[in-house]
Amino acid sequence: MAAIDILIYICLTIGVVFNTLGVVGLLRFPDLYTRMHATTKATTFGSIFTSLTVVVYGLYLFFTVNDSQYLTLAIHAFLAMACLAFTNAVSAHALARAAHRSGIMPMLAVVDRLAEAKL
Amino acid sequence: MIAFLVTAGAAFLMYLILTAGSGTIGFWSLSELVMGVLLACLTGLIARNFLCRSKNYRLLDPRRLLQLLVYVPGPFFVELTKANLDVAYRVITMKIRPGIIRVHSGLKTDLGIFMLANSITLTPGTLSVGIDEATNDLFIHNINVGEGDEKREVIESTELFGLANLPAWIRRIAE
Amino acid sequence: MIDAWVLAVLCLTVLMALAAVRLVLGPTAPDRAIALDTVNTLVIASMILLGVVFKEIIFVDVAIVYGLLSFVSTLYIAKYIGGEL
Repeated sequence: MAAIDILIYICLTIGVVFNTLGVVGLLRFPDLYTRMHATTKATTFGSIFTSLTVVVYGLYLFFTVNDSQYLTLAIHAFLAMACLAFTNAVSAHALARAAHRSGIMPMLAVVDRLAEAKL
Repeated sequence: MIAFLVTAGAAFLMYLILTAGSGTIGFWSLSELVMGVLLACLTGLIARNFLCRSKNYRLLDPRRLLQLLVYVPGPFFVELTKANLDVAYRVITMKIRPGIIRVHSGLKTDLGIFMLANSITLTPGTLSVGIDEATNDLFIHNINVGEGDEKREVIESTELFGLANLPAWIRRIAE
Repeated sequence: MIDAWVLAVLCLTVLMALAAVRLVLGPTAPDRAIALDTVNTLVIASMILLGVVFKEIIFVDVAIVYGLLSFVSTLYIAKYIGGEL
């Protein structure tokens, strides 16, 4: 078993574990905003790690086999990862703002400055 | 004219990244390069008014771009890792004390607010919900409000981050 | 070596089914929207892994386009929920 195999196994395991935590949080948390915490952070981090595995694998094969299609694989996987990380944060903010505007208040909240400010 | 050049240059760079590994001139073939230049000019003509709306080109400064390249894999990724360990702890133990607090950002430009809101969404225990357009304050949903913080009117943005001072980085990059 | 990739894709598929449970149960519309967003993210991640399994780079390109389109659709759902559309 080479070092690259161990690296790939570790990265894939981290990715799948954090995706699992995100989905468990989505099912377990009591209200919309806390669920959004779980899905935004954990799923983004898990998907970044599974994509990073593909980038590492593609770069490794490019430098050993020296076939340029593996370079293409690595670059495209990296681009997909960048799109994913950027769009997830923006869409989470948009959904949270829309939910608060439509009148869904956070449960169990100790303080709500946005409702007091009445924007 | 600058707007056209910037947009066409960005489009051409994106085309080069997407078609890397197609030929022998560097990594590209001749037909891909010619096609890339043509498509980049077309994109620049169509999209220059959408992409460079504010007529402010401060992000062309290479020092700011270099700092952005250091910021994303450096302090930002550290905070992202910490955020995920925190979420894992909350998912397993269900110890939550949620609330929406008002955070004073101290930034003036739209780009700075945008980067701070995105960074806050991906860092420990916080999720940006709204923006006060008049004062540029952010409203943050915090999953674990600290004891006594619910009585304070405004919280400084540097108190949200533990390890690195992200608002100072964003101020250096965007303003 | 291939087995690890296929196993990861299988895990992600099970997670998609679990997220679909919240999509069906979710008491309010934004709950369903974030469940849909989660399913979209998992689909993109598994598409990138499937690109390695089948040795097809086109899968990764499709994942990029799918991600950008799902981003636009989520923004429109958010505008609709917030009453701005």
